[in-house]
Amino acid sequence: MASRRKITLDRRKVVEKILKDRGDILLVTGLGAPTWDAAAVGDHPNNFYLWGGMGGAVLTGLGLALAQPKRRVLVITGDGEMLMGVGGLATVAVQKPSNLAICIMDNQRYGETGMQETHTEHGVDLAAMAAGAGFQKYSTVYNNRELAEAIPVLYSEQGPVFVDVKVTDAPQPMTLPPRDGPMLKHRFRENLLGHV
Amino acid sequence: MATKKKKKTDWSKEVFKVLKKADIRQIAYVPDAGHTSLIKMAVADNAIKPVSLTSEQEGIAVLSGAWLGGEAGALLMQSSGVGNVINMLGMANECRFPLLMLVTMRGEWGEFNPWQVPMGQATETVLDAAGVIIHRADDPAEIAETVEAAAKIAFDSGRMVAVLIGQRVVGFKDWTK
Repeated sequence: MASRRKITLDRRKVVEKILKDRGDILLVTGLGAPTWDAAAVGDHPNNFYLWGGMGGAVLTGLGLALAQPKRRVLVITGDGEMLMGVGGLATVAVQKPSNLAICIMDNQRYGETGMQETHTEHGVDLAAMAAGAGFQKYSTVYNNRELAEAIPVLYSEQGPVFVDVKVTDAPQPMTLPPRDGPMLKHRFRENLLGHV
Repeated sequence: MATKKKKKTDWSKEVFKVLKKADIRQIAYVPDAGHTSLIKMAVADNAIKPVSLTSEQEGIAVLSGAWLGGEAGALLMQSSGVGNVINMLGMANECRFPLLMLVTMRGEWGEFNPWQVPMGQATETVLDAAGVIIHRADDPAEIAETVEAAAKIAFDSGRMVAVLIGQRVVGFKDWTK
């Protein structure tokens, strides 16, 4: 069970810090707030936003990481989305993609549906689940000092790495990225591969 | 039985050739007895990344990500797994991700396990409702060409396609072993 520590981090500021020096990373975001967070930092052709497919963000990142072993792939998703696809942690751990980083914006809530509590509110520890699956590098972040340590891990430690960032459930303005699936897919592939 | 076993291996070999020709680089799967040979061949092939899944829905997302990264893939599963993928198919459908699924059927031809029957009988209906193009193969001799046609429509036309391999192909006697 996760220890009870005060949660103070603002998710928008966290994602902004993570993406500030993003270099050439390929970013996959889970549906709901993580997609809005990434859009609020700024739209980017290397972003692939999930608007649905709950439980699929980490696995989308896995397929991409396996296809592009020389590129760093970062998945930012929520605690509810991660819990729905939590078996994916085992699938990722078995594949051992050295270029895949997973970062959870864990507000312990289902944010898009009325802020109902998720299991992480009740002590379910996602970093411990990643550890149990076999991740060698995992952590839970509660403050800016820990975040400053975690960001280089997301970018350059041998993957797969897992960072669960505890963020407040304070409401944020909705910032919507493009939502047309074929457009997002074609834009991403064209930028990465030079063809759609 | 010896003849039957040989036949089983043969269609798998032909299908694997078709998958190689389609430049499949990721094979995601939840095992089924009918896919045993294909999975072995995928694991043994250095150009293919075999991705063992905890649930079939993971495979839809994995192959979407693979396509984003420039690789084609295929998803192998049993008909019971079709029930697990329905919501995730929305992602492939909405984004027009190519999706090639090879589904070995249960619950339809001499099934001994009654709990396999409901999903087996519902498989075609739910795939159809989810917008998946369905190709059926009940004769071992036609499986490879069916997979080839399915791969073309998946990757050339950007569609979700399922090849349903009839339980009759593998032979119901195998299931009781």
